[in-house]
Amino acid sequence: MGKVIVVTSGKGGVGKTTSTAALGAALAQRNEKVAVVDFDVGLRNLDLVMGAERRVVYDLVNVINGDAKLPQALIRDKRLDTLFLLPASQTRDKDALTEEGVERVIGELKRYFDWVICDSPAGIEKGATLAMRHADVAVVVTNPEVSSVRDSDRIIGMLDSKTLKAENGERMEKHLLLTRYDSLRAERGDMLKVDDVLEILSIPLLGIIPESTDVLKASNLGAPVTLSDARSAPAQAYFEAARRLAGEIVPVTVPGEKRGIFGKLFGRKAA
Amino acid sequence: MTKVLTDARSIRIKGRSFLAVVLSPDLPLDQWLERLDDLAARSAGFFLDRPVVLDVSELSIKKAELKQLIDDLAARKVRIMGIEGARPSQLTPEMPPAMKGGKPASDVEVTAQEPETEAEAEVAAVVSPAPQRQEAPQVRAIPQSLTIDEPVRSGQSIIFPEGDITIVGSVASGAEVIAGGSIHIYGTLRGRAMAGSIGNSNARIFCRRLEAELIAIDGIYKMAEDMDSSLRGHAVQLSLEGETIMADILF
Repeated sequence: MGKVIVVTSGKGGVGKTTSTAALGAALAQRNEKVAVVDFDVGLRNLDLVMGAERRVVYDLVNVINGDAKLPQALIRDKRLDTLFLLPASQTRDKDALTEEGVERVIGELKRYFDWVICDSPAGIEKGATLAMRHADVAVVVTNPEVSSVRDSDRIIGMLDSKTLKAENGERMEKHLLLTRYDSLRAERGDMLKVDDVLEILSIPLLGIIPESTDVLKASNLGAPVTLSDARSAPAQAYFEAARRLAGEIVPVTVPGEKRGIFGKLFGRKAA
Repeated sequence: MTKVLTDARSIRIKGRSFLAVVLSPDLPLDQWLERLDDLAARSAGFFLDRPVVLDVSELSIKKAELKQLIDDLAARKVRIMGIEGARPSQLTPEMPPAMKGGKPASDVEVTAQEPETEAEAEVAAVVSPAPQRQEAPQVRAIPQSLTIDEPVRSGQSIIFPEGDITIVGSVASGAEVIAGGSIHIYGTLRGRAMAGSIGNSNARIFCRRLEAELIAIDGIYKMAEDMDSSLRGHAVQLSLEGETIMADILF
């Protein structure tokens, strides 16, 4: 049986879809079977970031309604044999999702894949609660700024109360993925520091993704950053996070701490 | 060091809880009303001096039907003080207000009476419920407390009117903790804390680090902006002296 991960945040635009694609591709490169599922019905984006927008025939809502079988709707990635996408419907809205339907689809995906990664829509309404409902693990994507941190806190509260695991009295495994982290701005105090975010949210850290133009470039190319530019700093950070998800113990790299002696000198001066 | 935080003439907003009788009708309504009439016949005036809440959460009826039900009850001299479990679309401004967050209590017994005349029944209704129960020696309630071992997240509210709340963790911005007694927070208080919510002026608030949005004791409150900035980030004890909230830095 595979593991179901929900990538969630509460706030929009913090990098859920980018992170879903990057983590999915990183896990698939370890030769594990991965399905990424777009739950953002009506505002789908994962197909674009995965570069599969022209290949969508059936979607999640079709499978839930029984108009299509799951294998018909799954799109295999052209670059990685073990990576699949289940797209969301763009013409429907979140009310098209039903609890029983989602449960059936996730249950079926779990049988075929090692990892089922659900890209949650923003907000705390039906779409987001259904995306997290059947998860085993949650990745909470947060930007180092107060509004994102507070929304993440709200989502963590919901993960602890509204999921099947929580209702069965089990503890949901939660990880913090800090994205768009800019070490210089954090040092200047324009951004929250890693320790501040960890102190407020008090969940374990999965990784810190540095702010980088590589991420935007990859999205526009229609490729997860871990596929398009595997040597870039954000890709490396996502690879690290994927290894941690798979259970390896890897120390967290804090961006900006790897600078050489000159970098350190200039960094100090700039601060 | 002690600082005066409140101006002496603030407004007190208090919470108080009352026990209400809850009626949960079921469909079809005419049969349910018949059973209610039966009960009223056995115990005349049962609803006369009681606050009654209508629980419609199990009932799928439209706005017009709900209005009719309220009128039917009014015709039987049952006045509704609030409606529980209704969808906003079912309610109109003329209806009693929506209520939520009710806590279950033991069932209310309807004492059967055989009224000899109408007048006597009215008197009996005013004296009920069974007065002999009030004369029974009362065991003094044991002070209760609630302990929470995890952080209180934004959007959550912990309400415990029965006594003290202890939180081993932080209270996030946008979260609230409301206690009938004192509040102890072994972490940072970033949200709201309201102690002594049912009129206990001896209640206090303790936190290991004060970053609160709002604090209140016995209805006297203080917003973040009105707090002395030198208290921020410190371990603080807050208590009430008369009408003023006093703050002490603990260590």
